[in-house]
Amino acid sequence: MHLENNIQLFTAKDLETDQEVRWCPGCGDYAILNSVQKILPELGRSKNEFVFISGIGCSSRFPYYMDTYGLHSIHGRAASVATGLKLTRPKLSVWVITGDGDSLSIGGNHFIHTLRRNPDMNILLFNNQIYGLTKGQFSPTSEIGKITKSSPIGSVDSPFNPLALSLGANATFIARTMDRDAKHQQEMYRRAYYHKGTSLVEIYQNCNVFNDGAFEVFTDKSQKPLTALFLENNQPLLFDEGRKGIILDGLKPKLVATEDVSINDLFVHDEGDKTKAFILTQFFDEEEFPRPFGVIYVSKEKATFDDLMNLQIESTEIADKAKAFKELLYSKNYWEKK
Amino acid sequence: MSTHSIIELENVVIKFAGDSGDGVQLTGNQLAETNALFGNDISTFPDFPAEIRAPIGTIPGVSGFQLHFSSQPVLTPGDKYDVLVALNAAALKTNIKQLKPGGILIVNSEGFDSKNLRLAKIEESENPLINGSLDAFKVFQIELTKLTKLAVKPFALGNKDAERCKNMYVLGLVYWLYNRGIDNTIAFLTRQFKKNEVIANANIAALKAGYYYGETTEIFLEKYLVKAADTTKGLYRSINGNQATAFGLLGASIRANLPLFLGTYPITPASDILHELSKHKGYNVYSFQAEDEIAGVCAAIGASYGGSIGVTTSSGPGIALKTEAIGLATMLELPLVICNIQRGGPSTGLPTKTEQADLLQALYGRNGECPIVVIAACSPSNCYEMAYLAVKIALEHTVPVMFLSDGYIANGAEPWLIQDLETMPPILPKYISSNIANAKYQPYLRDENLVRSIAIPGSVGLEHRIGGLEKENITGNISYDPLNHELMVKIRAEKVAMVANTLPLQTFENGNETSKILIIGWGSTYGAITQAVSELQNEGIDVAQIHIKYINPLPKNIGELIQPFDKILVAELNNGQLINLIRANHLKDAKGINKIQGQPFQIIEIKEAIKQAL
Ligand code: SF4
Repeated sequence: MHLENNIQLFTAKDLETDQEVRWCPGCGDYAILNSVQKILPELGRSKNEFVFISGIGCSSRFPYYMDTYGLHSIHGRAASVATGLKLTRPKLSVWVITGDGDSLSIGGNHFIHTLRRNPDMNILLFNNQIYGLTKGQFSPTSEIGKITKSSPIGSVDSPFNPLALSLGANATFIARTMDRDAKHQQEMYRRAYYHKGTSLVEIYQNCNVFNDGAFEVFTDKSQKPLTALFLENNQPLLFDEGRKGIILDGLKPKLVATEDVSINDLFVHDEGDKTKAFILTQFFDEEEFPRPFGVIYVSKEKATFDDLMNLQIESTEIADKAKAFKELLYSKNYWEKK
Repeated sequence: MSTHSIIELENVVIKFAGDSGDGVQLTGNQLAETNALFGNDISTFPDFPAEIRAPIGTIPGVSGFQLHFSSQPVLTPGDKYDVLVALNAAALKTNIKQLKPGGILIVNSEGFDSKNLRLAKIEESENPLINGSLDAFKVFQIELTKLTKLAVKPFALGNKDAERCKNMYVLGLVYWLYNRGIDNTIAFLTRQFKKNEVIANANIAALKAGYYYGETTEIFLEKYLVKAADTTKGLYRSINGNQATAFGLLGASIRANLPLFLGTYPITPASDILHELSKHKGYNVYSFQAEDEIAGVCAAIGASYGGSIGVTTSSGPGIALKTEAIGLATMLELPLVICNIQRGGPSTGLPTKTEQADLLQALYGRNGECPIVVIAACSPSNCYEMAYLAVKIALEHTVPVMFLSDGYIANGAEPWLIQDLETMPPILPKYISSNIANAKYQPYLRDENLVRSIAIPGSVGLEHRIGGLEKENITGNISYDPLNHELMVKIRAEKVAMVANTLPLQTFENGNETSKILIIGWGSTYGAITQAVSELQNEGIDVAQIHIKYINPLPKNIGELIQPFDKILVAELNNGQLINLIRANHLKDAKGINKIQGQPFQIIEIKEAIKQAL
């Protein structure tokens, strides 16, 4: 009812608020904020149609720095608040800002259930593999053996593989990106926005204070070619500047030198193929495989939760509600006392 | 024709008890409905077993339905039974203590064979049908299964299906005994089994056979008549508390012209509100069955943020989980209705039994200084009005409102003088629309009632951020300023206190400030207390009665009403909760009447406690 048809143009600058950004200098969150601010004006919507909803954690301060609608909720619950809003205001563009502690620990339940229901919204998961706001405890994505304040002789907690978890929860869009690559990030956010359904983007985000360099192996220019694999739909899986590739032996991925195989034998990325997506999410524990970045899986088949629910409401909508309500009250046997 | 004499009675309390698979609830509901349609005033109390499928024939498997019907106004389902219908030994064992001496006991004698006695843990030699322990009652033994099977023989049903008709046989007999027609139940059975005509007809045959059994045999020498009650004129229907709650919420949504969003998770005894509301999507009702209690309330907050009416329903354990989110709604100053259909606690407690032990949780059960509005319904039908008002207060004051009901009134039914929507007060939500916003929107700017105006996401030019961190007054920006925090805590408290300005003043239900003693109650104890007080007054004992519906804030004149009394009693189904409020706020040496047995008060218990205190 409040959405206007005529789009009001705005720029990235217009998205800045009067609130001072309070992340630590050098934090990866800045780059993410910039990238989101960069792409929003390109999406053909007015500023008032965007809503950012966050939980608790460093990343969850994000809404305060966006001059859109924003709600900073409680720990782990952003996806639930966002679901209630999206169901009842389906035209809004709803973004959930969350972290590894927020969504994979305390909010794990809402995370998986939101993905399975598939409301049309975008979840940006800032994964820094640490609890930053509470000053440095291991998180559900920290590696085994991690030394932190709460694990002084090493964590014995096995970490989540967030994308495998999401796929297991029947997510319809999963992607991975990194704070150090603005262009790639922006592409992922755009793709997330245009996907109808819940889009999950896992962002490798450096916490330079409590977990500096956690992702350096993927982001550092010299190591990146060997460790990061940038996915392109319908393109063979290549890395190390094309020198290396991956083939599928049945369902088993294998590393090969490209000179040893024909280009036609390589594993070709297919965003719509869930089996291949599953294989790609498993490039996680095995160190020999590079870490995939990009859109790993998209399914356009599943209807969105907000569409389904609103369809039920619209298809049964009662024109004269007051009249129908009266009939409802008198629908059971009633009697007159004279 | 019948030669039985007809004896007129003022009222009857009847209890049906049997195995949970015996259709006891349906039988009781039918008798209640038929009597209500006839014009009796009624009150019902279903008593469910805690287990879904407890072993057949055992004590935990006993299901009961109590009905009080009368030619006088009825306020409770009654203390003791005039009639007990016991379908097996376990049902008799569980209920016989409540049967009045001289009362009518109808038993299915086949429910007392060796097996049933063993299941009910009764020694063969202690069989109550033969050991003389029932001599104080008028006992009618009927071979119910055999007679029922005979009656439905023409329909060639399987053994089980045939046996299932026995509740209708016994209902037919009761209809005859209380001089009621069977047409309403025939119509019901025809509707209920419209897809299976054979079953419908078999049940109807059993019903008729039971009726004629009374007519043709000589086992009953007399039958009874309870005349129509002389209650307020108008159109009535029967309603239970959960239905009334659902209708109240729905009515408020229609009246406010806003979508209703129910974010909830199934829990006994609140789930029926979800069941009812999920039938009514066409009224713009979003029913969201979430993955847990927390998601339910958080989604409701999200919907409120979007300009819908956010509601969450639960019982004590679920409310405990929602606590942090209720604090968030308090900080955001968004409307939110939280329905707590209380049950016995703590922890899982007594899921199917009633209690009023969540009052202090409702008032104080959150971190930080976090007052919310708390109101309580006092009877099944009153849930309609109170749920409606919960929405009205939440929307007009941008606050969370806790609506308290409990298992007793949630499942209990009574006639309801239907309140049409036009007769309910209007609801005026506090939203600001986009076009007036030339100046910068200040989310925490307040009106004279300290209520903020809400800008719904999507509105042009009103972009803003809110959250659970402390807000700066007016702007809503994050603020850690010490004085600002104190100011905001006081503002939020004052805002809730100011709701009292719009509430009706408290009145005496009975007596006045010159009475010798004052009894105070809240919530579902209304019926028992009111009945007890009016009986005492008839006996010449001058008792004043106050029944509180608005607990936070309390009505403004409550202190004034309480001050003159030296003797004050507070009756609650808990270990003493409201009493603390009365003692602390009004410095009165109030005494408690407390019961914590998972059961409502009996009238006699209240009467005796008052007499003792005099
Ligand atoms: S603690 Fe880490 S994640 Fe948090 S703001 Fe500082 S650098 Fe960023």
